[in-house]
Amino acid sequence: MSEMTPQVIRHLAELSRIALGDEEIQRLSGEMGAIVSAVEAVSQVATDDVPPTSHPLPLGNVFREDIVGETLSTEEALAGAPDHDGSRFRVSAILGEEQ
Amino acid sequence: MSDLTRLSASDLADALASRSVSSVEATKAHLERIEHTEGHVGAFLARSENALAVAKDSDERRAAGEELSALSGVPIAIKDVLCTTDMVTTAGSRILEGWRPPYDATVVTKLRRAGMVALGKTNMDEFAMGSSTEHSGYQVTRNPWNLSLAPGGSGGGSAAAVAARQAPLAIGSDTGGSIRQPAAFTGTVGVKPTYGGVSRYGVIALASSLDQVGPVSRTVRDAALLHDIIGGHDPHDSTSIPTPWGSMTAAADRGLAASSLQGLRVGIVRELITEGLDPGVKQRFDETVALLGAHGADVIEVEAPHCEYAVAAYYLILPAEASSNLAKFDSVRFGLRVTPGGNPTVEDVMSATRDAGFGDEVKRRIILGTYALSAGYYDAYYASAQKVRTLIQRDFALAFEKVDLLISPSAPTTAFPLGAKMDDPLAMWAGDLTTIPANLAGIPGMSLPMGLSPEDGMPVGLQLMAPAYQDARLYQAGATIERLFYERDGYRVSERVPEVG
Repeated sequence: MSEMTPQVIRHLAELSRIALGDEEIQRLSGEMGAIVSAVEAVSQVATDDVPPTSHPLPLGNVFREDIVGETLSTEEALAGAPDHDGSRFRVSAILGEEQ
Repeated sequence: MSDLTRLSASDLADALASRSVSSVEATKAHLERIEHTEGHVGAFLARSENALAVAKDSDERRAAGEELSALSGVPIAIKDVLCTTDMVTTAGSRILEGWRPPYDATVVTKLRRAGMVALGKTNMDEFAMGSSTEHSGYQVTRNPWNLSLAPGGSGGGSAAAVAARQAPLAIGSDTGGSIRQPAAFTGTVGVKPTYGGVSRYGVIALASSLDQVGPVSRTVRDAALLHDIIGGHDPHDSTSIPTPWGSMTAAADRGLAASSLQGLRVGIVRELITEGLDPGVKQRFDETVALLGAHGADVIEVEAPHCEYAVAAYYLILPAEASSNLAKFDSVRFGLRVTPGGNPTVEDVMSATRDAGFGDEVKRRIILGTYALSAGYYDAYYASAQKVRTLIQRDFALAFEKVDLLISPSAPTTAFPLGAKMDDPLAMWAGDLTTIPANLAGIPGMSLPMGLSPEDGMPVGLQLMAPAYQDARLYQAGATIERLFYERDGYRVSERVPEVG
């Protein structure tokens, strides 16, 4: 395992798109070390000959007829959005100045 | 009738059917009960504005001679993780504060079609991450048995509401024990059906390979009645099991009519009887084992050696799946948006929003999940956890070759004090040991009260587990066992809840 330094936590927070404050990063750095040590136990029994299980029951893929079902209207889809222009979600700039 | 809130859902349904009580009367009684107790319990995040209108509609249909469902006109509380078009849905998170979903969860649609009266949305740990409901972004829910104790979690609101007689029934969701552990802590009954037995369409996802919706009640038969209404295939949920289910109510009735324990092979899961069990929990469990044996069950010990790794595997799989599922809370389509100063990009807005909108436990698990899935660590963590899952499934498959039913305490302890584990996530997680294996294996589990602890007088839960698809077995055996406890004690645990307020 890699050590859960504040730097590692900051990187993970960036990947997670959470703007953690310095205090939160420090606290998580303290907590995550113990947490990661605890969950690492799984590697003790996860040998090469054991297949992974992603889904508890052996259900296959599910298809349906390609027929339009009940869908949301534009108004319904936009109703909960923080900002929209009546037909689209409105967000701030996608690219920053350096991009 | 003196107090309609004391009736089981089953008895209330009978009273409605015989028209000795109207749904409006029953609904009013529960709304008044909520009014009277909610200041102490804090089970609800939102309350329905049209409960009485729905109740009136049920009464009118009945008067007109329409064919009604078994629970038409019966009030119910709904965990806030299920989308409801007529009530704000937050999953206990500030990031969804005030959000009105544009569609109903399939389970909610089924409740409406059945003529059931939704009273409100119940409190929960944020996005169902927690075991005490203290991680709710909104409020504390208190255990009706002792207001200084936690009601369990994540579905503490649903369990507390049913225990405090604010509602005879509630809907819960169970990813690692969120129905069964609160049931144990509050002296109620809770069932996690077989994975895929109940639709999850419109249920805000925590960990998609583990989540399951199920009933919360005060009796086994009540849970069965509700299970029959919410269960079954849903084309909107591709993990929903397409094969038809038998009646859970019929199974419960078989268990009530005659002892279903004669010759039943029951296995005690050795690895779930740990040294961490409260002595009071252990005592009630040992008494239960003796009771089952005295009534004809063949009780043996069975091994599930990989359960030792269940908590570790769970706390890799869950955060990994949650970190992916919660990516949708991005400040664009719904919920909170926090815009930092300067010229922020959409990514800056997203990151500021998620920092402001998510609580500590959610952040902790997203960070852990992101780590478990990140390049270079995937095999060591997530893939290994999935292998442990295979090993646990094999353990259960072997155990069910020897026995029909597995039993354990539902939780290692009785309800703990509010605040006791908030600073120690690993201690909080360790309490999930008994419930997590059923989610990892996809099998159904039930918690029902097996008495009060001689240590603290708090309810103790018995967990039953059956093979996948055999949910009916839980109801049949559960109904018999519940009756045996009643005959032994002369009361139902849920009747002993102190008067709140």
